[in-house]
Amino acid sequence: MIKTIIIDDEPLARTIIKDYLSKHEDFTIVQECNDGFEGVKAIQQHQPELIFLDIQMPKINGFEMLELIEQPPGVIFTTAFDEYAIKAFDTLAIDYLLKPFSKDRFDKALQKWKDQRHSIEQISKTESLIDSNSKQPEENLRVVVKTGTKIRIIPVNDIIYFEADDDYVKIHTPEGSYLKKKTMQHFENVLHPSQFVRVHRSYIVSVPQITKIESNDKENHVVVLKNNTRIPLSKTGYPKLKSILGL
Amino acid sequence: MAQRFTYRKLVKSYILWWLFWIAAQIYVLHNLGLALNSSIADSLVSNIFLALIGLVLYNVMRFYQPEKENTFYLHIWVILITAFCSISVNWLLSKVCVADTYYTKFIEQAFPFRFAYNFLMLAFISLMIWMIFYFKNEQENAQRKSDTEKLAREAELTSLRQQLQPHFLFNSLNSISALAGSQPEEARKMIQLLSDFLRGTLRKDDQQNISLKEEIEHLRLYLEIEKVRFGHRLNTNIEIDEKCLEMKLPSLLLQPVVENAIKFGLYDTTEAITISIRTTSIANELIIKVENPYDAETSRPVNGTGFGLSSVERRLFLLFSRNDLLQTEANKNIFITTIKIPQS
Repeated sequence: MIKTIIIDDEPLARTIIKDYLSKHEDFTIVQECNDGFEGVKAIQQHQPELIFLDIQMPKINGFEMLELIEQPPGVIFTTAFDEYAIKAFDTLAIDYLLKPFSKDRFDKALQKWKDQRHSIEQISKTESLIDSNSKQPEENLRVVVKTGTKIRIIPVNDIIYFEADDDYVKIHTPEGSYLKKKTMQHFENVLHPSQFVRVHRSYIVSVPQITKIESNDKENHVVVLKNNTRIPLSKTGYPKLKSILGL
Repeated sequence: MAQRFTYRKLVKSYILWWLFWIAAQIYVLHNLGLALNSSIADSLVSNIFLALIGLVLYNVMRFYQPEKENTFYLHIWVILITAFCSISVNWLLSKVCVADTYYTKFIEQAFPFRFAYNFLMLAFISLMIWMIFYFKNEQENAQRKSDTEKLAREAELTSLRQQLQPHFLFNSLNSISALAGSQPEEARKMIQLLSDFLRGTLRKDDQQNISLKEEIEHLRLYLEIEKVRFGHRLNTNIEIDEKCLEMKLPSLLLQPVVENAIKFGLYDTTEAITISIRTTSIANELIIKVENPYDAETSRPVNGTGFGLSSVERRLFLLFSRNDLLQTEANKNIFITTIKIPQS
């Protein structure tokens, strides 16, 4: 039996997937979830092979939910209308179902997943989809992190600075710091370049948080933040910061 | 394109105009046998006087422009001013140039000519001033007209986009598809709701006012559909003051507000939510309050109006030329949108 989970905030949208899936005897639905939070928990608990995932959902959207999962299972997206998402799918050829979808179309998506489920290619496709989606401009830009079982949504304006930490990035906010498994390069690409500057190989600072730039000697400069944190500036970071501040 | 009048150009040509006439008058008077200094004095005094009166006329007409039907009074005014001007200039000159007896005699004889000259001058100037303001007005009117048309077109486009609401439409169709398998009766009901709702959006003319009763009926359809979609997560609470039912408001004004409330209510929290709509009337205004829960931590309303309500605000401004008709407040975890509609 292939374990699956349905994650969609509309009960009737889940019903239709249940309906269509009931004709396939090799699949079983282990849980239905109303939102991304439940989704993360259920995936950890049941370790399904395949999930049906809606994109527009309460609190965190489908992409943000996937970011929180260490090893995402196979995903078939279901969505009504989402320009950005559809563009992202089309470039990566991961399967998606546009609501309302027919039984035939659903069966095709399942078959496609079965055909390529063991290929490594698919996993990397999902990962690059998540990456490409997070580049999309959003009205409320935010970062979603998971600490233990808790999920936090951090508005980017609350972030003081990012610090590289092995395979993780440490996100510092007034409430504390959080780890996220991403690269510094990722955040440098995603964040607005006039608000966040990569001042050092290991640091990205929020420009509004800067109070002053000090120099230890001719070569070494330090930027001082509102909470008195001192962050070193690299040889390339110093001129970059100066030009953004208009100095 | 009508010619543009710039203030600078206007002042320059006005000065040149008078310099020309001053020179011409000196030349003519001197040729008629008057002493040069008397000619200069006469020309300067009379023309500068006229120029000043021209300025006064310009400033008067800046604030008051006679209607086309009232131009008759304008002529009378010009004649009166001419008479006043001619007499005072004559009086002034006879005081200044007492020494020149030939001249004092001359100005008495020349009075009718001076009167005619002044009259023509002033009539011409007031005509010019009138034309300047006339064209300026035309220009402004044309500009205003094209601005209004542009805004109307934009409003039409946005409302079209809002009416289509692809996300809402496709999700509703998906719900129907789901119901069709297990509960065909419910599916039929949903199709009915959706059809009535769509018909309502298509039929309504944006420019027309409708009664609150009609608008609320339309909203109820919308909310019914959303309830089918979101099941027990969505509750609504509509309280309408009886006396408001027949009050008027622009059609489809409330729908984007309620849509917004649902969007932020349903997508910003994971619990069941209640959207409430309450209407009252104070003085001669219909007051509508829409409330929805939201999460203050993750989505803060951006500057004042916040949450995509700007199109509603703009529409209210276009219709009533007032900026204070849409107000929002965030109260703990409740977001309240208040709309006032003045009744005519």
